[in-house]
This record gives sequence, C-alpha cells and structure tokens, in this order.
Amino acid sequence: MNAIELVVNFTLLGFLLVTALHISQTNRLFRAVMLFGIYSLLTASLFVSLDAVDVAFTEAAVGTCIATILMLSALSLTGSRKEVRYRRKNAAFAVCVSIALGVALAIGIMDMPQFADPNAPANLHVAPYYLQDSYSEIGIPNVVTSVLASYRGYDTLGEVVVIFTAGIGVIALLTGRSSKPKD
Amino acid sequence: MESLGIVNYWIVIALMMIGLYIVISANNLIKKIIGLNIFQSSVFILYISIGKVGGGTAPILLKEPTVYSNPLPHVLILTAIVVGVATTALGLALIVRIRSAFGTIDDQDVQQDIERN
Repeated sequence: MNAIELVVNFTLLGFLLVTALHISQTNRLFRAVMLFGIYSLLTASLFVSLDAVDVAFTEAAVGTCIATILMLSALSLTGSRKEVRYRRKNAAFAVCVSIALGVALAIGIMDMPQFADPNAPANLHVAPYYLQDSYSEIGIPNVVTSVLASYRGYDTLGEVVVIFTAGIGVIALLTGRSSKPKD
Repeated sequence: MESLGIVNYWIVIALMMIGLYIVISANNLIKKIIGLNIFQSSVFILYISIGKVGGGTAPILLKEPTVYSNPLPHVLILTAIVVGVATTALGLALIVRIRSAFGTIDDQDVQQDIERN
C-alpha cells in the first residue's frame, strides 16, 4: 500500500482517538451525542481507505444517521438537559479495568500478522475462493454482495431475525403501560 | 512500511479501552450507550484492518486481473453494524422506560430508589 493511503489511515485513526477521548471527558450529553456522530463518520471514512466500501456505506447510513437520530430522540424523550455527573471512586475503578483490558489485548496482538500483509492467514483461507469463483457461481461483480446474500445467506437471515426481535422489543417497551414517576 | 506493522491494532486497543472506561465510569445511561458504541466500532475497525491487503482495491470484480482486499471481514462487519444499531435502539428504549418509571436516567439514583423501596 502506498504512502498516501498510510497517511490517510493514520490521520483518521488519530482523529478517532481524539474524538473518543473528548467524548469520555465531556459532561454534556448533547455534545457527546454530536461527537459520536462525528466519530461514526470518521469510522466510515476509515473504512473507505481500508477498501471496505460496502461497510462504509452501511456505517455512514446506519451508524452515523440512524444511531445519532435514535440518541437525539432518546435525549428529547428523557428530557436530559442536566449535565452528567461523575464519581471519583467509579472512575478509578474504570481506569483499572480498562488498563487490565488493554494489557490483555496488547499481549494478544503481539503475534498478529503485519498490517496489509497479503499472506496473512485471514487472507488465505476462503477469501481467494470467493474472489475467483463467485462471479461464475453467482454472477454478481460485487463479491461482498454475493457472499452476504448467497454463501452466507443464513447468517443474513439470522441478522434479520435479530433486528425483528429488537424491533418487537422497542415497540413493546415504548407502547406498554407506563407507570408514573414515583415521588 | 514494516515498522508501521501493527499500529492499527494498537489504536483499536486504545479505542476499546476508552469505550470500556466510558461504560463503567459514566453514571448517565445514555453516555453508557455511547461508550458501548465506541467499544463496538473498535471491534469493527480491527476486523476491517485484518481484511486489508496491501496494494489491493475494493472487492468489486474488474475485467483485468487486480489485487482485491479480503471480502469476508466486510460481510461479517456489515452484519454486525446493523445488529449493533438494533441493540442500541433496544437499549435506548429501555432507558426511556427507566426514565418513565424512576424519573431519572442516572444509574446510582435508580439504585438508591430501588433500595429505598
């Protein structure tokens, strides 16, 4: 991969880090939700630079738009104008747990193959088969589509079941009998 | 080039740590959901980084022989993004319900309310 791709990749990752840090530090919910929209859009741009154009489309449409709109609706439904409060004890515990997670993952990635390595095990298993044979078997030039809708069609059916269940859950929660706030 | 090695994965770890920190430290339930989403998208970035092939292009077949990135992680993450938004919607609906039952979306206030009754 050429230098300009690497520069774009690392710039976007840097922006992502800064945005995530800012979200963790801000104590205003509206600001956090808007920053989360920016974060999702940066993720979508990163996916374009990593050649995952279908994923970038989905992230831009679903992650950036729908998730942000859902959060804004939740903000207005719960009337959260108050600032977020933090408690010191909680924060120290959280720092300890996330450092433990970071150390465990750092040990885990030590023997990962180099970034963008064509001979990494993940790129040698079933992917060459999809790239070579999917056009003659399915007839769609976009390999992601043929894998999603045909080779892994049952996965996609499972995904639809999950979304349907979540939809039922949301409807049941929001239209059920609501009790008045206790006071 | 070689020295850049696994920087992507280091940044994924940092994002995951930030996400987990927000989930645990924030008292506000909506802020927790935002942290959960950051955690989740760090996993997406990890998968897509694994699927990148140097000098490759998006896996849409062309006439001439070309190097393509690995399409399989793209498919998996495509599914995961949509499921992620579905779970976010369910979580936010739960928060709205908690607010109508307890009058607050601060987890410690909810806890105190439960202990008092």
